[in-house]
Amino acid sequence: MLNFTLRRLVFTVPTLLLISFIIFLILDLAPNDPTGNLPLTIPPEVRANIRASLGLDDPMYWRYILWCQQFFVNEPLNLLNQWFGWCVGDCENRLRVTSWATRSPVVDLIAERMPQTLWVVGMSYVVGILIALPIGVISAYKQYSWFDQAGTFVAMIGFSVPTFFTGVLLIVIFSVWMPNDSVFWLPSIYDTTHKVTDWGSFVFQMRQMVMPVMVLALYNAAQISRFMRASMLDNLSQDYVRTARAKGLKEKTVLLVHVLRNSMIPVVTVIALGIPQVFGGAIITEQIFKVNGLGQLLIIGIEGADIPLVQTLTFLFAVLIVMFNLVADVLYGLLDPRIRYD
Amino acid sequence: MLDDEKKPLVQVKNLKMHFPIYRGILKRQVGAVKAVDGISFDVFEGETLGLVGESGCGKSTVGRCVLRLYEVTEGSIDIDGTNIATLSGAELRAKRPQMQMIFQDPQASLNPRMTVGSIISEPLDEHKNMSKDEKREKVGELMDAVGLARRFADRYPHEFSGGQRQRIGIARALALNPKFIVCDEPIAALDVSIQAQVVNLLEDLQEKFGLTYLFISHDLSMVRHLATRVAVMYLGRLVELGDSETLYMTPKHPYTQALLSAVPHPDPAQAGNIDRVILEGDVPSPANPPPGCTFSTRCPRAQPICKQDSPEWTEIGEGHFAACHFIE
Repeated sequence: MLNFTLRRLVFTVPTLLLISFIIFLILDLAPNDPTGNLPLTIPPEVRANIRASLGLDDPMYWRYILWCQQFFVNEPLNLLNQWFGWCVGDCENRLRVTSWATRSPVVDLIAERMPQTLWVVGMSYVVGILIALPIGVISAYKQYSWFDQAGTFVAMIGFSVPTFFTGVLLIVIFSVWMPNDSVFWLPSIYDTTHKVTDWGSFVFQMRQMVMPVMVLALYNAAQISRFMRASMLDNLSQDYVRTARAKGLKEKTVLLVHVLRNSMIPVVTVIALGIPQVFGGAIITEQIFKVNGLGQLLIIGIEGADIPLVQTLTFLFAVLIVMFNLVADVLYGLLDPRIRYD
Repeated sequence: MLDDEKKPLVQVKNLKMHFPIYRGILKRQVGAVKAVDGISFDVFEGETLGLVGESGCGKSTVGRCVLRLYEVTEGSIDIDGTNIATLSGAELRAKRPQMQMIFQDPQASLNPRMTVGSIISEPLDEHKNMSKDEKREKVGELMDAVGLARRFADRYPHEFSGGQRQRIGIARALALNPKFIVCDEPIAALDVSIQAQVVNLLEDLQEKFGLTYLFISHDLSMVRHLATRVAVMYLGRLVELGDSETLYMTPKHPYTQALLSAVPHPDPAQAGNIDRVILEGDVPSPANPPPGCTFSTRCPRAQPICKQDSPEWTEIGEGHFAACHFIE
């Protein structure tokens, strides 16, 4: 297993380099202009100067190499400097990947935005899993019961109704129709500057998280509960389940030890493959509830043709996707004794 | 063997297992697959009762019903004096150690995520109060008994061959010292060479532990070799039951005769001389069995009465039963 993991890790290097190049290529082909959002009164020659100062006149391969140098060499060195105080080379004037729109280093922007995304989107993923697993298990165990039918219906809704609809619907119900002094009233805007210091502020934090978390959790739970149900059904009809019953085990043991443990193998993989999406943020939901997370950062970057920002963010998502693919494979091998990679 | 020595360990009376068929939007029950439709037999202590019949005749369903792996539709199953057909959850579980099953598919019937040791010892966790060392020792003994090396206890089922897996299944079934074991085609999924090993193992274990078997198989020669008595099944009903030798030498029911004549002859030179009874047509659907005798649609001796009246299950010789209107 260790050899397999190491071999796969080595393979990720060329894969990721290729991905970063393709992203760069696509961004370069995109017809957007970083000066497009500037006031129309700025004369064309000034615009041309701005573009030249951003390095846009250099050939594409040269800009790619510069990005690589900044991202793969300068940024890690800077991290070393920030975290441990180690200084390699010229620490003061090192060129970092800088956002064209905000002029601040992209990595710092990402670090600023990460906590909100992880709190809201990550929590929604956790909540979604916690809802989905029992629903999937019970739906499969009581197949075609009213519980299963209801679960199927809710999953279908969660899966097919887009988050921009459920999000707005929740806002209308809980922020607009609900009287402001009701305990069920929820804020429609996520206050990022809010600090949790005591019980009251903790409750407020929970309240402002409820809506975005539930909107996303519904969507995630819909997906995972279907996987869980299908996988349980697959295993419930297996012969070894009959064997377990013939052993005279309690129904709970049969279900939770024999069936569930085997059914979790594909579900865990699906869950692991979904984690990069958590980091990627939920672009639409973050927009609706004004959570200034990574998804929102990406949208702003795309709108402003902020190529270094978009390039770096999408590349980091690619890294996460490749890594969690590997994690899913390794988990599969760990969970299923029939699978051995070496 | 004298009659008064024989004590029935298992008594099955009028066992019926109907699987409902649901159709339509409202999922209304429109009928039932009569997989087992009113059969009665006894299994005596220490004997092997062979249960034969073609695919789909309900052999395996009988086996599973007898151990209450299905909720039976009707009938009673007395094992060692207790009717298990009506027992509820906890009482039934308490009864499980006495009756075990060896399954047909040795690959699918073992949980792929459990080691051999834990597969065998799991019933002990549930039913016996044993310490870890005692359990380990017991697992070792069982593995010795079925001819598996003790060091295999920490391996997973997929690492074994078919024959070895079936030995694991047997060891598992033996873990709770059962009296009665249903062998549901335990050799059907194995190579011929391995079949003999497993059958010999089953015989040895029967002698050693005084086991009683219900041996379900479509392999007629193997059943002849192993069984004390044999029951023949057709479309959910028993057609003939008798002492193994008597039944094989002088089959009375036309279906038994046809079935036995299909057994290949070991000598190819003699093979052409067998007078085979070739049955016409297919087995009718158990969801819609023919009226009267279920075999009447294919029986070479069928008369009008066969299509109207179901033949009685009658004793035609000592311990020899058959259900046919025309037993000479």
